[in-house]
Parts: sequence; structure tokens; C-alpha cells
Amino acid sequence: MDHLVVVIDYGMGNVRSVEKALARCGAAVEVTGQPERIRAASHVVLPGVGAFGDAMWELKRRKLIEPVREAIADGKPFLGICLGLQVLFERSEESAGVAGLGVLAGEVKRFRTHLKVPHMGWNGLKFQKECPLFAGMGVEPFVYFVHSYYVSPREADCVAALTDYDGEFVSAVARGRCFGVQFHPEKSQAVGLKILENFLHLRAMPL
Amino acid sequence: MNYRRVIPCLDTKNGRLVKGINFVNLRELGDPAEAGAAYSAAGADELVILDITATLEGRKTLLDAVKRTVAAISVPLTVGGGIRTLDDIEEILNLGAAKVSINTAAVQSPELIEQAAMRFGSDCIVVAIDTRKSAAMPSGFEVMISGGTRPTGMDAVEWAKKVEELGAGQILPTSMDADGTQAGYDIPMTRAIADAVVIPVIASGGAGTLEHLHEAIVEAHADAVLVASIAHYGTYSIRQMKEFLASRGIPVRL
Repeated sequence: MDHLVVVIDYGMGNVRSVEKALARCGAAVEVTGQPERIRAASHVVLPGVGAFGDAMWELKRRKLIEPVREAIADGKPFLGICLGLQVLFERSEESAGVAGLGVLAGEVKRFRTHLKVPHMGWNGLKFQKECPLFAGMGVEPFVYFVHSYYVSPREADCVAALTDYDGEFVSAVARGRCFGVQFHPEKSQAVGLKILENFLHLRAMPL
Repeated sequence: MNYRRVIPCLDTKNGRLVKGINFVNLRELGDPAEAGAAYSAAGADELVILDITATLEGRKTLLDAVKRTVAAISVPLTVGGGIRTLDDIEEILNLGAAKVSINTAAVQSPELIEQAAMRFGSDCIVVAIDTRKSAAMPSGFEVMISGGTRPTGMDAVEWAKKVEELGAGQILPTSMDADGTQAGYDIPMTRAIADAVVIPVIASGGAGTLEHLHEAIVEAHADAVLVASIAHYGTYSIRQMKEFLASRGIPVRL
């Protein structure tokens, strides 16, 4: 295959399981924190666990904000996972005063529930629109979550899936070739691998 | 929906799957990667490998077992046993494990939890707490370390609250009194901890019947159940366990 999948390593948690899952799907994967490798990539994956503020600081410090914005603006298939989804938005309750990438309008909120936080474990996806990432999936497939915060988009048209955890929250977003998932496809068995395969099959499509 | 998890636990020694009773009387049961693959395919929600090897030689065989297990499964893997430093944690996560479980080292240097949570994220830091009944403790349960051989004089519920504050993402309390007996989880201890913290708690030690799994969730308020003997000896399949829980109205992934 002529593509190069770049998994951005910016010091925010372990990226190995993402790398391994993509490799299992047959992708040529490179884990890197170099801006020019992101520019060279055909597909960009932004994983991440940890705090919103730390993630933005690390992206800034490593001069990765512009390359990430460019990749999205160029219509390269882009996948934000977990914190990598959250930083696509404008701000987060987790880190007051820190600006996110602002690729999507809206903010990130903390769960307020009598249930356990973090929301940890398997839960279902309720699809809200046609989305190439979820092509060939059954009804409400199970995927694996670990998170205390969730995204609250201001524009409903980017919402691709909802999940119920003491009320519905947005578990996947899609706009053009830019996708974000709150769950971990790399830990979600066959369903997760199918999502990654679907992602790898996409080609760039400028907005 | 708060889906509850069934998590087979693979105790390993020198890279081999073993199981004991009350932390002693070990029996060897085979290859952890092979068992892990079978459980993953059979619907286990996650897997845990707890290494009880104390030697350096044994550590190498553990890392090899972790590597082979990660390659053979597609659900999150937690690895524990002998983890003392940030480098130990990084080494395990770099092999593709999703989480690490820290026990003795967390008691000896609580700042390890804080540093690990900062560096790798709370989500991948599990703190395991081995407990034993003790009338001297306010909660009635004492924290034990070094594979259950050393009492600490610390109250298990107070310690659970402390590890949550330090940034642990999950707590795995194991009752030494119940472990391997198949006489049921320690319900009072598990509930005392689950009710004292907001983070998820995995009931561990003592499952022998399907009813025990149900009790752990409904009576002890556990978010997940760890299973070892009940699964390894083939008493029930993972599917049977989950179907039973579902039939009792507990949300599980089937």
C-alpha cells in the first residue's frame, strides 16, 4: 500500500497499543513526534491519555499544532482517540483557560453522575449518521471506554455516535475526513479493528 | 449503561500460569498467552496478568509472556507483580499492555502512584490492595504487602481513599482470606472500599459460583469481577458467567 500512517507521539501516554492495532490491520505505521513526518503522512492518528492542558502544552512545545491543523485542513484522514478527540474542541473543564485546537466548535465536560468515574469498560455505540468509519458495523456494537470527560459539540451535524452512561454523551464525531472517537478502537476487539481498517481505506478529501 | 466486566486473572510464576489457595499451594496450569487468547475469544472483557515471581530471571520470562499474550488477545491487558519504578511501568506499557497494577511499591512509596498517573495517565494505573481481616483496623481490614507476607498496619479503606487521591484510575482489592477458596468474594471488604471511592473497583479473590459474581456486583458494588480458579478449572465458561449475570438483570457485553 502506498500510504503511511503516522501515530503522533507527544508524550501523552502509551501509543504502543494503537501502533500494534494499526499494524495488525496491515498498515505501514510510524510513531513519531516530528512535524515533517506528519506532513509526509497519508493518515494521521492522534491518541492520548492524560489531561487536556498537558496535551495542548506538549503539542505546542513540540511544534505539532500547525502540522495537525494542516493535516485536517488538507482533508487527510485524521483520527483522534480519547484525549486526541477532546483536543479537537475549543476548551475543557479539565484545564480552564487552555485553548484546544478548535477544529470543532464546542467544549469538553466532566461526567456528573452517580455512576463510577472514570467510565471504564465496554459500552454501545448508537450511530447518528452515515459515517465511513462505521461502515459494515452491526447495531450498537460494543467498544471499550476509559474516560472522565466527554465532548459537547456545539454543531450537531458532526455527531457520529452517542453512548449512554447515565444519559447520552457524544462518543464519536466526524466532519469530512476528520474523525474523533472517545473510545479505544485499539482495545475493542474485532469491532475496533474494523473501525481502524475502515479508517485506513479512506483517501484524502479536502473540505 | 454501566456495563459490568468479567476479567480472568492469570497468575504467573516464571512465565507459567499458576493458581494457589490463600496465596500459597501453587499449582501450574499452563501457558498464560494460550489461556489469555482463549479467554479473549470467549468474551472476557479484559485480562489481568499478575506475576508472583520474585526473581530477576522470572521477570524476563514475565515480559516474554506479556508480549506473547498481547499479541494473542484483543482486549485490554493489565499487568502487575513486582512493578517498582516508572521505568518498570513504561517497559510493560511499551509491550502493549493497557494498564499496570501496582501493589507493594505503592505502599512503600505512594508518590509512585502520583508520578505514574501524571506521566502515563490515571486510566492506566491500577492499584492492587491485598487485605486481611484485622480487628485492630477501623474498617476491620488491613493492607498486606510482599505477596501477602507482610502486614502494614494500614487500614485498607483509608489506603483506598488515599490511592484515589494520588491519581489511581482503578482499585483491585484482593482478600487473602478468600483468595482461591472459591467460597465467595469478601463482600464486606469489597463494599467498604467500593463505597469509599468514586473510581471503579474490581472484586477479587474467592469466586467459586455464578452467584458469587452476582453478589460482588449487587451487594459489594463492584464494577468488575476478577475470576481465576472458577475459570481456569473450567467450572464455568466466561460466556456462562456473563449469561448468568445478564439473566439477573446485570448489564454485560454479550
